[in-house]
Amino acid sequence: MTWTEAEIREGPKEGPAAGIGLSRWVDQHISWFFILPAVLFLTAVVAFPVVYTIGLSLFRWSGAATPPTWVGPGNYADIFAGDAGFQNALFVTAYFTGVSVLIEVTLGVGLAQLLNREFIGKGIARTLLILPVAGTPVALALVWRHMYNPSNGIFTWFAEILHLPPQRWLADATTVIPSLILFDVWQWTPLIMLITLAGLVSLPSDIYEAAQIDGASPWQAFWRITLPLVRPAIVAAAMLRFMDSVKTFDQIYVTTQGGPGIASQTLNLYVFDQAFQYLHFGYASALLIVLFFIILAGNVVLVSLRGGRA
Amino acid sequence: MIGKSLGPRPARTARRTLFYCALILVLIAFIFPFFWMAFNSFKTHEKILEYPPAFAFSPTLSNFRNVVSQTSVVKYTWNSILVAFGALGVGMVLGLPAAYGIARFRHRMLALGILVCRMIPGISFLVPWFIVFRSLGLLDTYTGLVIAHLVITVPLITWIMIGFFEEVPVELEEAARIDGCSRAGVFLRIALPLVRPGLVSAAILALIFTWNSFLLPLILAGVKTKTLPVVVYSFITFDYLDLGGIYAASTLVTLPVIVMVLLVQRQFIRGLTIGGVKG
Repeated sequence: MTWTEAEIREGPKEGPAAGIGLSRWVDQHISWFFILPAVLFLTAVVAFPVVYTIGLSLFRWSGAATPPTWVGPGNYADIFAGDAGFQNALFVTAYFTGVSVLIEVTLGVGLAQLLNREFIGKGIARTLLILPVAGTPVALALVWRHMYNPSNGIFTWFAEILHLPPQRWLADATTVIPSLILFDVWQWTPLIMLITLAGLVSLPSDIYEAAQIDGASPWQAFWRITLPLVRPAIVAAAMLRFMDSVKTFDQIYVTTQGGPGIASQTLNLYVFDQAFQYLHFGYASALLIVLFFIILAGNVVLVSLRGGRA
Repeated sequence: MIGKSLGPRPARTARRTLFYCALILVLIAFIFPFFWMAFNSFKTHEKILEYPPAFAFSPTLSNFRNVVSQTSVVKYTWNSILVAFGALGVGMVLGLPAAYGIARFRHRMLALGILVCRMIPGISFLVPWFIVFRSLGLLDTYTGLVIAHLVITVPLITWIMIGFFEEVPVELEEAARIDGCSRAGVFLRIALPLVRPGLVSAAILALIFTWNSFLLPLILAGVKTKTLPVVVYSFITFDYLDLGGIYAASTLVTLPVIVMVLLVQRQFIRGLTIGGVKG
C-alpha cells in the first residue's frame, strides 16, 4: 500500500467528510477506487489475452476440437529459422512504416509551417485538411483501390496526361508499396500537421523578433529556433504515427489483401492470415509476441531521439 | 506572418498569391478522394468504368437505391450506432475515473498500461478473444463487440482526459472537501463539470474511431451484428461487379463522420492534438 501525497499531507480525516467506518475507509483509499474499473478492464481484456497469447505460442493448434499440441519454443524457432513469409513481412513492414512516417513527418511539419499564419479561410482549410484522418478507412481504401485501377482508375489517367510511363500501381509488386505509402501519407500527414501546428502556435513571437534583429534569415530561424522548440511535439507525433502505422490493417487488407502475391503483406496481415486463414493459432501467437517486441523496440528508439542531440 | 517587414507592395502581393496557390493545391490534393467518392456514387456502373474518367454525365440515385434495397442498411446502421455508443458509454465509465486517478494520484503504472494498450495491434487481442468469445458464446453479439471496442475507447478517453483533469485547480477541490464533500463527490460534482469541453472531444473521437472500426467486427461480428464497414467491404466480394454500389456504400458510411467533424471540428481537432502530444 503506497500513500499518495495528498493522503500523507492531510492525514486521517476528521469532520463530516470522513464519515464513519466503511465510508471513511473508502474515502481514504479513494484513489484506488477511481482506477479499479480500468485496472480490472486492462487485466481481463488486455493482460489476460497477452498471457494467453504467450501460452498459446508454445503450442500447435488449429482451433478445432483436437487439443493443442505442445511444441515448446518450436514456433519461435520456426519464425527465426528462415520462415520466408515472416522475413518478407518484416521487410514490407519496415519499408512501408519507415518511408511513410518519414514522409508524413517532413510534409506535416512543412504544411504546419505553411499554415502557421493569418489568412482568409484558415478555419475552413484546417477543417478540410483533417477529413482524411476522420474518414472511414474501409470506404477510403475502396475509393483509392479504384483510383489505382490500371485500366480505368483516375490515377492511371493522371499518369497519362502527365506523359508518365503507364503504371500498374497496386497490381505490380514493385509499385504496390509506394502506392500504399502515398495513400497512407494522404491520410495521416494532416495529423502530424495538426500536432505540429499546435506546438507552433504556443511559441513566443519575441524570440523571432530578437532573431530578426540579430540578422537571422527565415530559414535560419526555422532550423535554429522553430525546429528545436517543437521537436518534442514532432517526436511525439512521430511515435504516435509509428505505433499506428505498424498496426495498419484496413487500408492494406481492403486494397491489396497483401498482394500481388505477398508483395504488400505486412506483419499485421501475415499474422491475420496465419490465424484466421490457415488457423495456425499457435504460430500466429508466437508471431504476435515477436511483433510486440518490434513495436516496443521502435518506440524505444524514438523516445531516445526525443532526448538526443540538441 | 508575424509582423515582419514585408518589403515593397508588389513583392508582398506576389508572395501572397503564391501562398494562396500553394494552399489551394494542397486542399485539392487532400479533398479530391472525397469528392471522387461522392461524384462516382452518382454514376452508373458502366459510366464509372469509362476511360478516360467521365466528368459529364446525368446523375442517378440508382446506386443508393440498390444499396438500400439489397442490404438491410437500416439494421447495419443500427448495429454500428449501438456498438459505437455502447463502447463510448462503458468507455467513459471506465476511463473517466481512471484519468482522474492518474491526474490526481499519479498512478503511473496504470498510465503505462493504458499506453501499452494503445501500442499493441488490435489483432493481438483478436486471436485470444476469438477463442474465448467462441467458448463463451459472445461471437456475433452486441456485448462481445462492445467489450472488444473498449480497447479503442478506454485508452483514448483516458489519455485525452488526463490533461483536462490536471488543469482543474486543486484549490477548488480542497475547498469542496473542507465544505464536507467526499472524494467521490469532488470528482462527480467539481471535477467532471469542469472538464466538460474535454468530454466532448473525447466522446467525438471515441465515436468516430469505433464507427470506423473494421478489423474487430470483421472477425467478431456475424450476420446479426455486422457493422457498416464490414458491410461496405462485403460489396467487394461481388468481384467489382457493382462499382456504383461500392461508391454509394462508401459515401453512406463516410457521410455521418464528415458531418460530425464539420459540426464539431474544434473539439475534434483538440482531441486529436491532445491525444497526439500526450501519446
